[in-house]
Amino acid sequence: MEEITLLIDGREVKGKLGQTIIEVARENGINIPSLCYHPSVSKTGACRICLVRVNNRMLRPACVEPAINGMTVVTEDEDIVSMRKWILELLLSDGDHNCLYCDADGDCELQSLVKRYGVQESKKEEPKRERTVDNESSRGIKRNEYRCILCQRCVKTCREIQVSNVWGFSERGFETRLIADDDQKIGESNCVMCGQCVQVCPTGALTYQTVLGRGANWELTKESSICIYCGVGCKVDFYKNREGMLVKALGNYEGPNNGHLCVKGRFGFDFVQSPKRLSKPLIKRNGAFEEATWDEALDLVAAKFAGIKEKYGPDSIAALSSAKCTNEENYLMQKFMRAVIGTNNVDHCARL
Amino acid sequence: MTNSIREIPLSAGFFVIGSNTTENHPVMGSMIKNAVINNGKKLIVVDPREIELSRYADYYFQIKPGTNIAILNGFMHILIKEGLYDKAFVETRTEGFQELAKTLEKYTPEYVAEICGLNNPEDIPKAARLMAELKPMALYYSMGITQFVSGVNNVKSTANLQMLLGNMGVPGGGVNPLRGQNNVQGACDMGALPVSYPAYQPVANEENKAKFEKAWGVNGLSAKPGLTIVEMFNAAIGGQLKAVYGMGENPVMSDPNQHHIIEALEALEFLVVQDIFLTETAQYADVVLPSCAFLEKQGTVSNTERRVQPMHQVLPPHGEARDDWWIIAEIAKRMGAKWDYAKPEDIFEELRTVTPSYAGITYGRIEKELIQWPCPTTDHPGTQYLHKDRFSRGLGLFTAIDYTPPAEGTDAEYPMILTTGRILEHFHTGTMTRNSRILDELVPEGFVQINPNDASNYNIADNEVISISSRRGSIRIKAKITNKPKPNVLFMPFHFYEAAANVLTIDALDPACKIPEYKVCSCRIEKIAQ
Ligand code: SF4
Ligand code: SF4
Ligand code: SF4
Repeated sequence: MEEITLLIDGREVKGKLGQTIIEVARENGINIPSLCYHPSVSKTGACRICLVRVNNRMLRPACVEPAINGMTVVTEDEDIVSMRKWILELLLSDGDHNCLYCDADGDCELQSLVKRYGVQESKKEEPKRERTVDNESSRGIKRNEYRCILCQRCVKTCREIQVSNVWGFSERGFETRLIADDDQKIGESNCVMCGQCVQVCPTGALTYQTVLGRGANWELTKESSICIYCGVGCKVDFYKNREGMLVKALGNYEGPNNGHLCVKGRFGFDFVQSPKRLSKPLIKRNGAFEEATWDEALDLVAAKFAGIKEKYGPDSIAALSSAKCTNEENYLMQKFMRAVIGTNNVDHCARL
Repeated sequence: MTNSIREIPLSAGFFVIGSNTTENHPVMGSMIKNAVINNGKKLIVVDPREIELSRYADYYFQIKPGTNIAILNGFMHILIKEGLYDKAFVETRTEGFQELAKTLEKYTPEYVAEICGLNNPEDIPKAARLMAELKPMALYYSMGITQFVSGVNNVKSTANLQMLLGNMGVPGGGVNPLRGQNNVQGACDMGALPVSYPAYQPVANEENKAKFEKAWGVNGLSAKPGLTIVEMFNAAIGGQLKAVYGMGENPVMSDPNQHHIIEALEALEFLVVQDIFLTETAQYADVVLPSCAFLEKQGTVSNTERRVQPMHQVLPPHGEARDDWWIIAEIAKRMGAKWDYAKPEDIFEELRTVTPSYAGITYGRIEKELIQWPCPTTDHPGTQYLHKDRFSRGLGLFTAIDYTPPAEGTDAEYPMILTTGRILEHFHTGTMTRNSRILDELVPEGFVQINPNDASNYNIADNEVISISSRRGSIRIKAKITNKPKPNVLFMPFHFYEAAANVLTIDALDPACKIPEYKVCSCRIEKIAQ
């Protein structure tokens, strides 16, 4: 693809023909703010928060404006800042953004822009529209319409990524509202709870049920791993709080999943911290399990295997390896059976 | 998969057979939906049940369970009869075409429709013509192809079709099995199979034996292929097998013919189960070893497209749970092995040296790069799709295959067909998803899907608890009346221990690969007397 050169905020940067200004800027570490734009879905070009000055003249939305060779871009000047402030004030006055009561506090793109541009509390009191809060109908997703900025990220995500087409806009009179199906509660709609719309929602309008009471966003730490369920092998960022409890799972954009997850990968992780987990080796004595130390248990297993091998030969022992274990563990299991026990009796449930 | 997930946008169309992709591989299911619904790509679906994808299909064939070969042959019959197959590909890259063509002669649309129980035979030629136009078309399949006594032949038939269409060795084409578990691919690659060492090197081969004896510093490795899972349990009942070491598997729930498995476990002298929960299988163990769950582990897994990815440790181990590799190594050492692994990477560094397809992969590389095996050297980029320019054996071999019926036919006593599978919210034996609060709440109990016709014949109401019996056992379960299965076919997920589908399933095996026939057995339903 043809390479192009742009001058963004006085810095010469490279991009590819066909990219928009925001794409070139972000690839080069220049952060142009956005609300409706999200790299994983098609462009909307509605919120105007990404307006930049092109070729020292007109203001253009960076998310849809094609980057052209030799273009000069200014991402922030006095006009742009006041424009952004004005847009943010409008958004704030229209909803109910009390961050204290919001699960997205600390993880909200609207909040960080408000802080970045020092937006003060809006003076004029706009009449607030009647909207819905739905914390109950879905087991995975909470919805607070007062925090919705109608950016359409969820609409596009459900249409283009999950492809379940749950979200849409309804226009009753002058009011545009976000609705699920034909205005159902989210838990009663066709939502399959992949949770992707929540992942991309820039505000607290959509949040996960799992996060409540699990600590503030800035206390969470994340580490990536691979989903334990099916063979797609989605890459997942797992978040845990200060107490070490898992809080949420977000799709990682570098995996084969391009950031997407299904309901299992999204919500099926708490079994790891279930109190029913085995925590000590168990040895059955007189028909009942008794807790044992690792040394006792391992010594017993090794002695039994050795005894049975001695008495009946290596082929009297078999192992079930596991499609849920790592490559290293499977390698070691077959090596153990072949090199230590002396049999090829090792299989796993590939066929099941 | 011969090809890659990121090639989905490159396909002109998709043929999905025996895979309920949107429930079992949902993220890929969504990618296929996006291509079809939002980008106008074509879709052909073959499945005994109406599934989400069948709603978006240009052609959908609701076949009787166990009749995949007949319909695949039916498509190929048309491709050859009408001269629509890729002649250049067949000529230059394959052999065995004549025998194939001969076998296909009798698979006319009428003949196929008869075997498959179809009422739309006229769509078979139309779908075949569409396939010939799609350059390239990707074929996806899953357990709905493999879990039959004819599983291996089913797989070969899918390859026949894709070779005939010239869809092999091109991006966006290929034969793409969707792996059901997060590391089935890797477990196979690593030689957790009774017939092969890592990288599918056969055990019954003197050269391989010598190679591994040298690599592992041992003598006398066995060249005799071992037992598959289902054979293990037969051998336990027969008295030849005395001890089983089970790691993270739950055969009481996952294997066919549950009564038989329990009998086998009880017959063993010694059973060790290494798992994260006290599973249904662990109840029968003599020793239970608590292992780390996936988020407590470090290591690598290989997904369905052969991509090797790093798992990072997110949490400390629960209680005294230990890494599976550590436990295996401790037992080995106590039995005299001189093993010295301090961390998973040490094991990976060793396995690279004996697994040619992984030789070029390192922990460092997969942190930064997307690598799919085969990757023979550290400067090799990995392999996005297989069979480019040549097949591993040289020419692609067509295998002429005739349809054979499932092991168990219906009769007056067991007149209905039961097929089993998974649902979106749960996974496999339920050990993990049923211990995940949200997932368990979403679908808390098992059910059987039954067609409205059958329901009215047996006078069964929606949500009524009924009895289902097969020659192997009987269970009680809630009936859900739906058009998804065709008349006389029942579908049941196997995740629920309270209503375990595998009490009913048959342990008939494919003669070559020993996969059990989960997807079809005969059964009957009865109302439960009040
Ligand atoms: S719910 Fe969130 S993502 Fe959807 S339109 Fe509202 S603010 Fe945007
Ligand atoms: S959770 Fe997934 S299916 Fe449900 S509305 Fe959001 S994107 Fe759509
Ligand atoms: S998130 Fe869903 S699609 Fe992805 S690997 Fe997990 S189970 Fe499979």
